[in-house]
Amino acid sequence: MSIEEIFQHLQEKFGEAVRPGDFTSIDPWIEVGPEAIADVCRFLRDNPALRFEMLHCITAVDYLEVDEKKAAKASFVPHLELIYHLSSLTLRHRVTLKVMLPRWRDDHPGQLPRVPTVSNVWKTALWHEREVYDLSGVEFVGHPDLRRILCPEDWVGHPLRKDYQMPIEYHGIRAR
Amino acid sequence: MAQWLSDWLTLSPQWEWVAYLTVALLQAVILLALVMTAVALATWAERKVAGRIQDRLGPTRVGGRFGWLQPLADGLKLFTKEDLIPANADAVLFRLAPYLSFAPVFGVFMALPFSDGWVAHHFNTAAFFILAVLGLEVFGIILGGYASGSKWSLLGGMREAAQVVSYEVPLAFSAMLPILLAGTMDLVAIGEAQRGWFWNWFVFHDPFTFVAFWIYVICAVAGTNRAPFDLAEAESELVAGFHTEYSGFRWSVFYMGEYAAMAAVCGLGVVLFLGGWNGPIPVAEWLFGPASSTSPIVNFLSQLLGAVNFIIKCIIGVVFMISLRWTLPRPRIDQVMSMCWKYCFPLAALAFLGATLWVLMLPDGLLGQGHPKASTCEQSVMVTVERIETP
Amino acid sequence: MNVIPGVDPEDFSVTSETEVRTEELLINMGPQHPSTHGVLRVVLRTDGELVLEAIPHIGYLHRCAEKIGEKVTPRQFIPYTDRMDYLAGMNMNLGWALTVEKLLGLEVPEKARHLRVLIVELNRIASHLVAAGTYGLDLGSFTPFVYCFREREKILNLFEAVCGARLTYSYITVGGLMADLPSGWLDQCEAFLDQFEPVIDDLHDLLSVNHIFVKRTAGVGVLSRELAVDYGCTGPVLRGSGVDWDLRRDGDPFYTRMYRDYDFEVAVCRDGKYPQPSPPVPTEAVLGDCWHRFFVRMVEVVQSVRLVRQAIEKYRLAEGDIGQPIKLNQKLPPGEVYLETECPKGQMGFMIVSLGEAIPWRVRARSSSFCNLSVLPELCRGCLVADVPAIVGSLDIVLGEVDR
Repeated sequence: MSIEEIFQHLQEKFGEAVRPGDFTSIDPWIEVGPEAIADVCRFLRDNPALRFEMLHCITAVDYLEVDEKKAAKASFVPHLELIYHLSSLTLRHRVTLKVMLPRWRDDHPGQLPRVPTVSNVWKTALWHEREVYDLSGVEFVGHPDLRRILCPEDWVGHPLRKDYQMPIEYHGIRAR
Repeated sequence: MAQWLSDWLTLSPQWEWVAYLTVALLQAVILLALVMTAVALATWAERKVAGRIQDRLGPTRVGGRFGWLQPLADGLKLFTKEDLIPANADAVLFRLAPYLSFAPVFGVFMALPFSDGWVAHHFNTAAFFILAVLGLEVFGIILGGYASGSKWSLLGGMREAAQVVSYEVPLAFSAMLPILLAGTMDLVAIGEAQRGWFWNWFVFHDPFTFVAFWIYVICAVAGTNRAPFDLAEAESELVAGFHTEYSGFRWSVFYMGEYAAMAAVCGLGVVLFLGGWNGPIPVAEWLFGPASSTSPIVNFLSQLLGAVNFIIKCIIGVVFMISLRWTLPRPRIDQVMSMCWKYCFPLAALAFLGATLWVLMLPDGLLGQGHPKASTCEQSVMVTVERIETP
Repeated sequence: MNVIPGVDPEDFSVTSETEVRTEELLINMGPQHPSTHGVLRVVLRTDGELVLEAIPHIGYLHRCAEKIGEKVTPRQFIPYTDRMDYLAGMNMNLGWALTVEKLLGLEVPEKARHLRVLIVELNRIASHLVAAGTYGLDLGSFTPFVYCFREREKILNLFEAVCGARLTYSYITVGGLMADLPSGWLDQCEAFLDQFEPVIDDLHDLLSVNHIFVKRTAGVGVLSRELAVDYGCTGPVLRGSGVDWDLRRDGDPFYTRMYRDYDFEVAVCRDGKYPQPSPPVPTEAVLGDCWHRFFVRMVEVVQSVRLVRQAIEKYRLAEGDIGQPIKLNQKLPPGEVYLETECPKGQMGFMIVSLGEAIPWRVRARSSSFCNLSVLPELCRGCLVADVPAIVGSLDIVLGEVDR
């Protein structure tokens, strides 16, 4: 099924919450509103015409130019993107979903942006969301066990944020 | 010997214990040297057989082409290693455990006849003694597991307790068959009962003894914690099981116990089922005549031949156990236990019953030739009971 | 008596030996444990020998390769991919190279394509040999491990002749390969394959059909088809559950065209049968258990041998060169690509977000072992302590890839 058809399905059901992303790029994508992502995902999985049984990957991309000179010319406004790669084993099609998030909730630095969890749709998300939370700093509302997974539990900061500063010292170990 | 020493030193009766002590120590040293040599050879054989099975050479450097001195080098390394006792271990029990596991195995060799005349102490209940003493080995291992203060060790100790105690039962049951056939618990007499051609060995006596022999093999492997029944130390599951926290010399004592136990169960099996010191062909009888020969040299030679026979059979048994270890995967603890109680134990019991009936129905054997020593079942059971009553 | 999860304490119709409860014990399995295949730590909550809960803790080998990817150009990132799944460096190189090529819209020459198939499938054999050997080790059988490593060593020798490295190859690069094969290499490779094929039967005898092995693995850690898909399990773990899915056949066209004229069968159990030649499935085995996961790898080895043989033929006939690696600091076109390839452990996905510079804005590595491992708590619930190594081994994880 082509990306346009999938988008048709989604728009009929969710209306404004889904927006066409870029259908001409190498991996075409659909933009989904942050609040609707869990419902959209459930629909994508359960709809017999779509049947996206497998979540491959959740990626968070931090768009922030730390260099002030370059920031003026940057082609984007600072934000976070969540990218969901889904596929259907039975119908053999793929789709990419994107969720745009602010870098900080209500623009308060330190307040992690929130998005509903999809771990109750696909269990893959259990660990992937933990990883995104750990490395990129996104809070998944409704996740049963949102802990750091790759970094130690007492680690400070989210390493894949562009403005992340490596600590000088960690438990007496020189880090930088 | 003690009496002789006492007379020679002209000790007064209240000082006789000195002579007894000296002789006891002397005998212990000789036996210990023997056991240690057996252990050293077994570790060498283990490494060599493992190497050959795995398409490599095994030890080649220490002591010539075949690495004969490898056990010595290993021992030297183990002696020089740091001896650690974990902080939360029970220090006294922790120290005690290796010796508790080694000492009983060592004791077994006291009653094990190497030849009809060469036995450190001639019991008339030797089979019973050996089975009982071998069962003591488990205490050292449980204690080691418990005293280490490590959860893996504890699990290993628990497994050991369950497994060894269970396998003692079919082991003893299958060992009962030769005792029944020979009508005595005296291992020398059991060996004597199998004199002659190899078809006189108890393993070939009747189908039931044949089955019992294999049950004995399985239980012996399981009872000595050898792979595939090395659940107490299963390195992929329990790190190293009961000896996780042991290092250096104490660790090596556990290993000595294991290898000595291998040799011991092989020795017992050989005496019970495989004719003991009697070769497959009665060469000794042709050469030296009946055992009642009076010439000391002839007697010595016949004893030596017997001991060589016995040791060769033991070596075959040990090598068999080693090759099992390097071939088979390890079953799970529940499978090990169900194998014992669901298969080995009923089979051993059936074999026991069958052998009894066999002797009752065919007192002269299948071919009507009769067995040299094995009397009718009635007699043998009576004799056995008598022997137990009058140790 | 404690309450057993999933069992009503008032329901006396369900009486089993597992109902006898003792005090619970928390056991720390790893990070220094012989059978966690690296630095995995699993906390087991046990009742005697029964595992009530297994919680994996990962991250001991975390190097944040994704962050490193944001600092280096794609070609400079290749050595880091080697260190993810260090048992299948070639496959990792290929996954990354193809992802960058997909972004650049690059297609490698025919000769390079066949050489890539040849090298990658050879590495798949090596990786599966490690999986099979260490699995034997997990179950207490030492000898198959040595046999497997002996064969793997021969493959590593071939790789050493090709690229000078035995573990971290960095051989497949963006736009082609680092070097052509040395003379005489193909004959050596064929000699190896001729010698290797009978060894597979030995391994089947020692493991796949060995009675104790079957007892230990059949019916243990059963992963249903639905659960496998739900957890995003891929590769042999997914196929072991009977899902007929192999990216070499079903993947992104950009990847499958590499295998377009190759003939191979997907190693999956169809109607109780695996692609031949392979021994029959034992009756105790349940689809999705440890035995099937193990056996899929063994069958894949046979298929990979087939692929390598075809690749040798095709490489011999192919004209032209093996492609030109891109410039070290070549500018990437702006865009985002995601590509998954079928690695020995499962589907390894790489993603690049580029804003038009030589250095990617964001690099993402979707690790197959990471997803495969996440199913561990589900599989270990209610098994015995001895089954935990059997289950972990059957998932065949590489911690370098889990933690990245």
